Amino acid sequence: MQQGGNRNTAKLLMERSIANRVGAIIPDSDVPVQELPETNLLRSNLELPEVSEPEVVQYFTGLSHKNFSIDTHFYPLGSCTMKYNPKVNDEVAFLPGFANIHPLQDDSVSQGALSLMHELQSYLQEITGMDCVGLSTLAGAHGEFAGMLMIRAFHQRNKDANRTKVAIPDSAHGTNPASAAMSGFDVISIPSDEAGNIDIDFLKSIAGPDLAGAMITLPSTLGIFDTNITEVCKIVHEAGGLVYGDGANMNALLGRAKLGHLGFDVIHLNLHKTFSTPHGGGGPGAGPVCAKSILYDFLPAPVVEKSPSAFELITPASSIGRISGFQGNFAVLVRAYTYIKTLGAAGIKSISGNAVLNANYIMESLKDIYDIPYNRTCMHEVVFSASSKKDQEVNGLAIAKRLLDYGFHAPTMYFPLIVEEALMVEPTESETLETLDAFIDAMKAINEEISTQPELVTEAPHTTPVSKLDEAKAAREPQLKWEPS
Amino acid sequence: MDNKAPFQSHYIPNTTEEQHFMLSKLNAPDIDSLFSDIPEKHRNPTLDLPNPLSEMQIMQELSSLASQNRTLSSGPSFLGAGSYHHFIPAAIKPLITRGEFLTAYTPYQPEVSQGTLQVIYEFQTLISNLYGMEVANAGMYDGATSLAEGVLMACRVTKRDHASIASTVSPAYIQVIETYCQAQGITISSFDPDNPNISEEAACAVIQYPNFYGGIEQLQTISDQAHNCGALLVMSADPLALGMFKSPGEYGADIATGEGQPLGIPPSFGGPYLGLFTCKKQYIRQMPSRLVGKTTDKEGKDGYVLTLQTREQHIRRERATSNICTNEALYALASTIYLALLGKTGIQKISNLCYQKAHYAASEISKIPGFELQNTNEFFKEFVVSCPTQPEIINKKLIEKNILGGLDISHLQQNGMLICVTEMNTKDDIDALVTSLKDL
Repeated sequence: MQQGGNRNTAKLLMERSIANRVGAIIPDSDVPVQELPETNLLRSNLELPEVSEPEVVQYFTGLSHKNFSIDTHFYPLGSCTMKYNPKVNDEVAFLPGFANIHPLQDDSVSQGALSLMHELQSYLQEITGMDCVGLSTLAGAHGEFAGMLMIRAFHQRNKDANRTKVAIPDSAHGTNPASAAMSGFDVISIPSDEAGNIDIDFLKSIAGPDLAGAMITLPSTLGIFDTNITEVCKIVHEAGGLVYGDGANMNALLGRAKLGHLGFDVIHLNLHKTFSTPHGGGGPGAGPVCAKSILYDFLPAPVVEKSPSAFELITPASSIGRISGFQGNFAVLVRAYTYIKTLGAAGIKSISGNAVLNANYIMESLKDIYDIPYNRTCMHEVVFSASSKKDQEVNGLAIAKRLLDYGFHAPTMYFPLIVEEALMVEPTESETLETLDAFIDAMKAINEEISTQPELVTEAPHTTPVSKLDEAKAAREPQLKWEPS
Repeated sequence: MDNKAPFQSHYIPNTTEEQHFMLSKLNAPDIDSLFSDIPEKHRNPTLDLPNPLSEMQIMQELSSLASQNRTLSSGPSFLGAGSYHHFIPAAIKPLITRGEFLTAYTPYQPEVSQGTLQVIYEFQTLISNLYGMEVANAGMYDGATSLAEGVLMACRVTKRDHASIASTVSPAYIQVIETYCQAQGITISSFDPDNPNISEEAACAVIQYPNFYGGIEQLQTISDQAHNCGALLVMSADPLALGMFKSPGEYGADIATGEGQPLGIPPSFGGPYLGLFTCKKQYIRQMPSRLVGKTTDKEGKDGYVLTLQTREQHIRRERATSNICTNEALYALASTIYLALLGKTGIQKISNLCYQKAHYAASEISKIPGFELQNTNEFFKEFVVSCPTQPEIINKKLIEKNILGGLDISHLQQNGMLICVTEMNTKDDIDALVTSLKDL
């Protein structure tokens, strides 16, 4: 839809700026005039726009129309768990008693907030089968970093500092090796076997006295529950290592299995995936760390404990230290807490059941026209391969872009790296059967187009606010901000 | 009502009938059968969680929990130290809670994410301008982690492994830097900003502007010292101080970071906040986190994309500049709207109000016998007073009068209290604090 005049979003804020327009009235000072600092401390030039409030509201509203979002479009985005974000969660997070409280105000005037955090810790323990939880990590990768530092600290306390290697499956998210490296470890990539499970023989061959641990995503990014998982954990433990769990795919396991029971020692959860907090176009998230009791002492500071009389923030004895400015992304924690309370045990289990059912329904409906590298029941997501379409000059990217024209967000593409032309589809539990069927129909229609009008697919998208963008140019001549011409 | 009916969540559309239809297509007897890859003895564990609540019950229960917390607007509040009570224009919340922004994913598909991408480009522009720096990234977690990533980046750029940190940097920020450096072989030492002896081996000199105690260091001297040693100047600056004080760029900062919370983000008991991260353009390939660049589409139309992604974890894996992935995009949006609304004159006015009110409060408090202003350098909105008794006791008495006092820093300075005054404190608030301190 075209927007004319000032509601057109083509011009940037600095280009809209007109001297003496104001977007907010700031009151005059009500205190006696104070002497200003020396001028050599003061700034002479401040390049910020001057625009009025209506323009700002209209401009940003106009920009919002150029986005896909869960509220407007289906996101079959594998490993991202783009489920519905309940509105009541936002309502609660914005209550002044949660939004307008200071992180350093005395515990005596923040008992409501601390008790919520303490209760959330206990829910997450229960859901994951772990013994303790730290809430101060601000995203999934941040949780991974904390968890790997905890494993490092554990080995150091045991005078076992020669454990420098971490085994990570080749199907892992990029954050896993990056977090392991930030935690001082060398990464060993473990191959997957022909069923998509971790290659047990390879793992055994590297499980020695220098193994610090393994980082494992369960279900894997192939959408598969590794049937050898307890064996994998046993091999790592017998070698003296610890097992880290990437909880990105927890939506498949809620109420079905607890990572703590399977042998994991420390994991993170993505509250912005599994627990419905909004993704916000790239955050905020929250990545709580859940661990076995042997790792409690190392949790990042602070954690909430209950003393006989009150809840308080404490630093565990051998904490890896403070990992963020305060005690976590509290407004995200409030939303996740509200979500768990709304669903209860039966609702939590119903999430995984419906998420897995929806993914298998899509797999079953499309497996005759798009290859599936592993022909077995999938978990919450299904990975297709578009490699057989390459004879017709169409790749996974083109199919993904063509889906945008059908009003669906693209699946995750080219990931996991071990599947050629991967298209990873995760429907979540919050989509209707009608939406799943419409998506299936679109995938079938695109498959027809590949035979009949391939250029329709290879040149896609055709209906979006912009067509295919020149990414090479953006990287070659980086323009990273507006500058006066 | 039939109590045996299975629980149907209002967030999950599938009915029992629809489930049966889908299962029949899969030739599966029931949903449980889809989970048969899970070892049987670990399948379907007990799950001890409270019973589900309706939205009505949730609102009642959570409102009651929220009411147990003292809000900053319920009475005069003088607590800062990294999280601040500033004005938030009403237009921000309805815009950031629009589903199109709130429920969008990271803009990896640029054709359907031009809204978010253009917002980030605006954010990079306004933050670069505010900090007087050449480039800003799309955001980090918070001020503390942003500074820690600045230290790691300085080590990559200089190929050195030592950070020299001013003793006046926030203790919490220093702790976060220590956490980030502990496994990377980076050592840390402290320097006195009034007499900056920066180590010849240092990758960077790290300073805070204003510092934790509110004061403004001899920044040019420190900058020159750092550069003479071949170190980068890494500076964490309060964005609202920059409405009146010189920008980090003017002092020659190589990397300037900040806590974006003052820019339209509620304190929310500590998060989510927003890490600001800027640097000189020559270092962009060592920058952490996302960057948005301007380009054109097939028809030559302007558009925006994530760029220089080969720095990032999803491409570079263990050799990435950082592991950061999800960060705080929604609050980058909030701060961009904030900067647009306040604009050039608004930011200058807010800066000036903070300065005026803080200086009024400092002069009135230091007139009270037993209280002494500790800042010798210029300060912005925070300052330290030494109190005649333990600040903890004073704060307890203040809270009885519904005044939230400053931060007790007696572990750092004897009977020291770090007081923060912003545009949200009226003269009456300040006078109430002064009167209460007199009456102790």
